[in-house]
Amino acid sequence: MTITRSHTGPIAEPTVPVLYRLADVSKTYTQKKRVVKPLVGVDLVIPRGEFVTIQGPTGGGKSTLLQLLGALDRPTSGRLTLGDTDLAEASNSALGTARAREIGFVFQGFNLIPTLTATENVDMGLEPLGLTAAERRSRVTDALSHVGLADRGDHRPGELSGGQQQRVAIARAIAKRPRVLLADEPTGNLDESMRDEILDLLQTLNEDGLTLVVVTHDSAVARRATRRLRLEKGTIRDITR
Amino acid sequence: MYFTYLRRELSGRTKQTVIVSAGLAIAIALVIIVNALTAGVRDAQTQALESVYGVGTDLTVAGAQQEPDERDDSRFEFDQDGGATADDGSTTLAQSQLRTEMGRGTLAAATISTISAIGGVSSATGALSLTNSTFSGELPQTTDGGTSTEGEAGTPPADGDQQGGGGFGGGSFDVESFTVLGVDPAVQAVGPLSSVTASEGRALDTGDAGQNVAVLDATYATTNDLAVGGTVDVGGTTMEIVGIVSSSSSDTDTASNIYIPLDVAQSLAGVGDVVSTVYVQATSADGIATVRDEIETALPDATVSSQSDLASTVSGSLSSATSLITSLGTWLSILVLAVAVVLAVLFTMSGVSRRTREFGTLKAIGWSNGRVIGQIAGESMVQGLIGGAIGLAIGLGGILAINVIAPTISSATAATEAGTSGRPGAGGPGFASAAQTATDITLSAPLTPWVLVAAVGLAVSAGLVAGAFGGWRAARLSPAEALRSVA
Ligand SMILES: Nc1ncnc2c1ncn2[C@@H]1O[C@H](COP(=O)(O)OP(=O)(O)OP(=O)(O)O)[C@@H](O)[C@H]1O
Ligand SMILES: [Mg+2]
Repeated sequence: MTITRSHTGPIAEPTVPVLYRLADVSKTYTQKKRVVKPLVGVDLVIPRGEFVTIQGPTGGGKSTLLQLLGALDRPTSGRLTLGDTDLAEASNSALGTARAREIGFVFQGFNLIPTLTATENVDMGLEPLGLTAAERRSRVTDALSHVGLADRGDHRPGELSGGQQQRVAIARAIAKRPRVLLADEPTGNLDESMRDEILDLLQTLNEDGLTLVVVTHDSAVARRATRRLRLEKGTIRDITR
Repeated sequence: MYFTYLRRELSGRTKQTVIVSAGLAIAIALVIIVNALTAGVRDAQTQALESVYGVGTDLTVAGAQQEPDERDDSRFEFDQDGGATADDGSTTLAQSQLRTEMGRGTLAAATISTISAIGGVSSATGALSLTNSTFSGELPQTTDGGTSTEGEAGTPPADGDQQGGGGFGGGSFDVESFTVLGVDPAVQAVGPLSSVTASEGRALDTGDAGQNVAVLDATYATTNDLAVGGTVDVGGTTMEIVGIVSSSSSDTDTASNIYIPLDVAQSLAGVGDVVSTVYVQATSADGIATVRDEIETALPDATVSSQSDLASTVSGSLSSATSLITSLGTWLSILVLAVAVVLAVLFTMSGVSRRTREFGTLKAIGWSNGRVIGQIAGESMVQGLIGGAIGLAIGLGGILAINVIAPTISSATAATEAGTSGRPGAGGPGFASAAQTATDITLSAPLTPWVLVAAVGLAVSAGLVAGAFGGWRAARLSPAEALRSVA
């Protein structure tokens, strides 16, 4: 629950295995001659099994950090590993494989495909895995019942409430059995009761052993976390009391 | 899952699917119909030409153009014996006159042997085109006894009863004309005889040379109530009708109303041993140009025309239809096809833009670029195939409709004036049609299998082009878009 560093000794490994390790990670965007530095020398270790929230002001670099953790983009400098994979140096296809197998993503806008049913949307997350049809079916069913939507598999996103849509999106993210679930404002589009519904679900998933990294403005979300981080002016601070 | 997603996308985005498919369908239907029509008018043109020049004629040789005033045989000359005077004093006149075509010189018969001797010529035959004009009429009692066709000879009545072929002095007369073709009865393979078959009686054969026998075009025979065994007056001579012929291509008329042996025609017309046209068949299609050059060298005054020159003599609605379909139709189908492809590309690209978040999300959850591109390409391919299938159906329906309606197209072929336009000095309504063979041809739209293959190919390639553009756009899309473009 503290920022783990490996200076505890050459033999003494941390008791909990490390999932993410960031060392001096920076991200610079150059757009129309303007240079933006959303992340400046971020050092961070996220052990397995944590529920981490990242808070901070708008434009503080939260989404940028999540993109790096999600293997959607590479840092401009620094080292970033997910398990044994060096995400800073990996090829595009290696990043794709990491996204397909290790990382589950949940978005503020749910990002479901409107023409597909809940079942089919969840199935899309399994597409790159090369599973058998039977295995896919059983994983989809499992994931949907895990989020409490076993009976809504035939519904399209338009026929579901916001909370239900986000649960379908979570089912899509967990069906691949990822090592980590990343979420950018997952409750940003939801009212309070739906938000709590989603938070309950996320907490259950975390208790079942899934690592969560959730970007949020909402202190109600942060209260459920095992570790709270604050990202401001490109640097990260632990605010977990 | 690939096909589920594809199907859901196409049915879920009905408007785009309908517009893109409909555009391609219209284009492909047009391509099919225009293609079939082009083949149809070409067939019709070939038919029109064959009816006049015979099957297998590669070149025709005609005499040089003449100024109309070089000749002076276009008048009826009646002398005192020209008519019979009835008891009431009126005179009934009837005279047949057989003339060669005006404004066109003839060729000496020796030309045929000259041409036959040229290397590369497999056969050649000559024919003499004549127009038989029959003047018949009744004149009231004349005071001066003089008879002439000149209007001023009679005194027109006050009420000016000018009608039909013209009336004057209270009398009336008619000018009737029909075309007569003097053909060499010994030659059947090339020339006008090659495109006719005897439907009654027999065609002319070798033994008919020098005989006063005639073969009639079926349509002409029917119109004039003439039958085998009867007689017909040609240039004042009674000819025995030995056969009725019709064009072997069922839809077209024959080149002439009446066919008679060449030597008989020459003596009746009093023109000596000449022909108007020599029909030449080359031994091989490759040799036509050489043969043509040699004929032109040997006969500097003659006009040599090839089939393609002849095609330009086909006038009337067939020629309008031909140019309409081959030029306008082709350009229209190319244009519509281009528009349809551009439409498909634009819709696919804008579809990808609209679905930025969708494709970004798919990439974010691990879809490879190839898989996303495959999805887009698959969608536009299927749109292309739907369009192709509908277009094929519309196109085949159109072809069927054309063949059921079977519109007739009239073609007027200037029989011996190949390569020239207009008839200088064509005199009078009775003569204008004399040298022209009006032909009604049923337009058909033949279907060739490769059109179907090409239509499907076009549809698939249009889909591929659209898919390539859409896929290229999607490939450049960063997966981070999924996070940024929040609804
Ligand atoms: N692709 C990009 N190109 C250029 N600048 C970018 C890009 N993405 C982010 N930025 C800039 O980086 C900074 C951090 O953006 P980021 O989206 O990470 O902030 P955030 O903390 O998620 O903000 P919010 O709470 O509003 O979501 C901003 O100034 C933003 O304009
Ligand atoms: Mg953000």
